[in-house]
Amino acid sequence: MKDQKMIKTIKGVAAPLPLANVDTDVIMPKRFLITITREGLADGTFADLRFDNAGGPRPEFILNKTPWTKANILVVGDNFGCGSSREHAVWGMRQLGIDACIGTSFAGIFYDNARKNGLALPIISPETRDLLLQAAGNGTEITIDLNGRRLTTGNISAPFEMDDATQTALIQGRNDTLDTLEHADAIRDYEAGLNSEMRVSVNK
Amino acid sequence: MRRTLYDKLVDAHQVCDLPDGDMLIYVDFHIMNEYTSPQAFSGLDTKALSVWRPEAHLAVVDHVNATRSDEPHDAASKLLIDNLEDNCTKHDIAFYGLGDPRQGIEHVVVPEQGLVTPGMLIACGDSHTTTYGAYGALGFGIGTSEVEHVLATQTLRYKRMKTMRVMIDGETAPGVTAKDIIMKVVQVVGAGGANGFAVEFAGSAIQSLDMAGRMTVCNMAVELGARAALIAVDEVTEAALQGHAHSGQFAFEGENWMSDPEAVFDKEVTIAGSDIEPLITWGTSPDQSVPITANVPVASDYVSPKAKAALDRSLKYMGLTEGQSAQSIKIDTAFIGSCTNSRIEDLREAAKILEGRRVAVGIEAIVVPGSAMTRIKAEAEGLRAIFEAAGFEWRPEAGCSMCLAMNDDIAMDGERVASSTNRNFEGRQGRGARTHLMSPAMVAAAAVAGHLADVRGFT
Repeated sequence: MKDQKMIKTIKGVAAPLPLANVDTDVIMPKRFLITITREGLADGTFADLRFDNAGGPRPEFILNKTPWTKANILVVGDNFGCGSSREHAVWGMRQLGIDACIGTSFAGIFYDNARKNGLALPIISPETRDLLLQAAGNGTEITIDLNGRRLTTGNISAPFEMDDATQTALIQGRNDTLDTLEHADAIRDYEAGLNSEMRVSVNK
Repeated sequence: MRRTLYDKLVDAHQVCDLPDGDMLIYVDFHIMNEYTSPQAFSGLDTKALSVWRPEAHLAVVDHVNATRSDEPHDAASKLLIDNLEDNCTKHDIAFYGLGDPRQGIEHVVVPEQGLVTPGMLIACGDSHTTTYGAYGALGFGIGTSEVEHVLATQTLRYKRMKTMRVMIDGETAPGVTAKDIIMKVVQVVGAGGANGFAVEFAGSAIQSLDMAGRMTVCNMAVELGARAALIAVDEVTEAALQGHAHSGQFAFEGENWMSDPEAVFDKEVTIAGSDIEPLITWGTSPDQSVPITANVPVASDYVSPKAKAALDRSLKYMGLTEGQSAQSIKIDTAFIGSCTNSRIEDLREAAKILEGRRVAVGIEAIVVPGSAMTRIKAEAEGLRAIFEAAGFEWRPEAGCSMCLAMNDDIAMDGERVASSTNRNFEGRQGRGARTHLMSPAMVAAAAVAGHLADVRGFT
């Protein structure tokens, strides 16, 4: 959003979550999806990992252990965020206080949803990820410099990948819908070039 | 310049470049459901925006509705369904709701209504929108913020992806279906192996599939991370465009909607059709599959401690022991349905196995046709009678149902389901529920046997 404050650096305790293929069903189970708002999703986030069937916290889960109860960064396994397109997964992570998720690869829809909601997803090599998992496991804080595209923790300093548009969106904050409407003339020009058979009209 | 089909589709839809390296692409047709759209409409309200082109959208109820009746099963699902209808009324958008003869799972309804045609760009707040690649159309899933963006601008911010071609040549053996083909691709490429890629499926094993089979393949391409899946247009595609409600209304001429013969892909994968067997998943990721004749993996199959730990976790969740034979896995429930496998062709395949047979004692077996039209057609063909005689429950309404358990079809903790669906994630079909993915015919075989079974023994 345009009124969001500028974020250039994310710093904090990072929780290691080394599982591969963590899907959006696991991030936000379906029973929390029966809603027409974006709010109230913090409790649903990772619910089946955080809580047992009776609703009590699972003491062995990383986000239930000190110091990671206050983690604002996750270091994650390969292909994080795969599966369903549900943006509720990202909304919930943000409401739980997660600002960044560092990993080797993210599913495409999850990546786009993250950018829309100010969740940074720095992409690193498997070697760096393994080092960061170790550091995170020791409770060491990680600093993410979005401008310089660099991560630091202890004596580790490593570059990360992030495409330009995502970097800009995270640093400047953006309202994509309103920004795109500034190109309304280009959209009208494109439409003017379409013949009538290319103009879909759905029967009511 | 030799171009891939993907590049032709992107080029044809590019509106303009954006300063930050993205581009704007034009969305010809946009589909919505009741659970990923409410916050998009409220976003429009907050910003006081209107819908750019209301006639280019379709809303369908499918995710949360009960399929036992055309009434919502609880107040929460009713709220979502009513909210979608209200939003469509307000913005003058076509709405196929409960009781409408055109209602059903969005990706079954759209081809049935003739709303997909080669060269089209389709977006939808559902990851399985890759299905439309079967028609040489560029379809992909989007999040709710992007649903708002399409509603307000008829475009999306887009970054061109890399291209991958998956070539599957040679004849597949009897008993091997489109579902087994795509499950094999997921197994070979891996659950995240196509992240960042648009995948084109090619080769004689793909060309010989009917449209339903091609849709199954493209549908599950998202399970290997592909944001788009494509199959070149041929005479099979052209034949499928006739005879539907919207047939003849749309055409996207100007390109041949196939990759140029010498187009270069960023990555090539080759699989021999003859190497594919009927598969089942044993784990909690769609790439964790083995042939039905094989055994669940053992820890010594893996080298890295991380892989061993992942195996251990999956086996524990699934309640399996390493090395046990696939066919020794006993099931509680059989489910045939979902946008992957609930079309008339899928129901026919399963009915072939069930004709003259009975579901094993103690197994709950459910079939949910993909749309109201599919159900009526199946009933007219006598398929309902076959399913019911075999002991399957034939659902009178269409929807996603137990594929993702957002309605009242929720598998219990520990319940084991043979499922014709697309995801075997932890908790996907209910908290603690255990999902085994397979073809609809294999689900039918498992229902009859009471355990996972080789469909080739049921001829």
